[in-house]
Amino acid sequence: MMTTPPIAGDEEMFAGLPVDDDAAQQRLHARLVAAAAEAGILDVAYCTIDSPVGTLLLAATDEGVVRVAYAVEDHDAVLHQLADRVSPRVLRAPARLDGVAREIDEYFAGRRHAFDVTLDLRLAQGFRRTVLSHLPEIAYGTTASYAAVAAVSGNPKAVRAVGTACARNPLPIIVPCHRVIRSDGVLGQYVGGLEVKRTLLSLEARGHSEVDHRKVGGFRPIPPEKPLEFR
Amino acid sequence: MSREPFEAIVTRYGPMVLRVCRAVLGPADADDAWSETFLSAMKAYPELRPGSSVEAWLVTIAHRKAIDQWRGRARRAVPVADPSELTEPANGASAHGVPGTWETDLWDALKALPPKQRQSVAYHYLAGLPYAEVASVLGGTAAAARRAAADGIAGLRRTYLTSTTEGAPR
Repeated sequence: MMTTPPIAGDEEMFAGLPVDDDAAQQRLHARLVAAAAEAGILDVAYCTIDSPVGTLLLAATDEGVVRVAYAVEDHDAVLHQLADRVSPRVLRAPARLDGVAREIDEYFAGRRHAFDVTLDLRLAQGFRRTVLSHLPEIAYGTTASYAAVAAVSGNPKAVRAVGTACARNPLPIIVPCHRVIRSDGVLGQYVGGLEVKRTLLSLEARGHSEVDHRKVGGFRPIPPEKPLEFR
Repeated sequence: MSREPFEAIVTRYGPMVLRVCRAVLGPADADDAWSETFLSAMKAYPELRPGSSVEAWLVTIAHRKAIDQWRGRARRAVPVADPSELTEPANGASAHGVPGTWETDLWDALKALPPKQRQSVAYHYLAGLPYAEVASVLGGTAAAARRAAADGIAGLRRTYLTSTTEGAPR
């Protein structure tokens, strides 16, 4: 007959228990997301998606898409920023991002030239927000200069501030700051890195071959049915 | 003060809270208790004082949810004076444990302990709270929490360890 082996420490009593139960955690997480949404406390929902320009983080509030972030922005840092500036009630909840995720897929497939999602621009205030609100007026496959954007934003001298607004755009790709380039034709900086900016512009050039995307300063009027809804 | 996204709290502490809920309430009721704990925690999260112990905060909420469940059960069954003194009736059906999985006789052995001992064991050994924090969750002193946990461990040695090492039916 076996005897009870000596137990070194009381903790060993629980050594047989697994630390994690992934299946249960997934089930419970989904249940929490549903309950939080139902209770109206899911302030920020986010997900990550794969794209030709790397993993993108998408985040939305009740009011609309609030953030698109490139991996180089550090997704953990972006989530902390959302917790600080919007609400710490942040959960991974891909269902709320289904619509915008699909539109981004279509954009990269060349099938979508304008986004049709409601935006929450609370992360950009003042002049930066004014600048962002004008960017969708730059048509797919075209570019505009920082100076031209400064002019339509009501402050022709604020060329640097336009650069800052673009660099801090909380909604890259959807709000097309990649279409803003320098007056001398140099691409200028980009929140996702210069290579990504080049990728987006050549994608749009292919999808819109009748437009000469190298032409600088082409500033097209906004189409009659405004594709983006700004708050 | 910077606050972590709640998702990080769920990821980091979710497994711990589930172990505690399973230990205190048994596996069948643990899912409900876990869900109610995290929903309440998420509601209150913006007001959580920065720098406070997240483990102790979550265990305190889970503790209250467990008491709510006992009260609910007590209302449905025989009325009792103090729900915290309730010992859950054993379900009888005791499948043999599979080591390294959640299918274990440990739950039944824990269920047989008086609630205070079971809670002290769960909050100290499974949640990792020091006895001072276990005491602030349960009420009473740290010394009392330590004694209750020690008694609980002794009880588990008698039942669970004996049964698992000898394979003896209980």
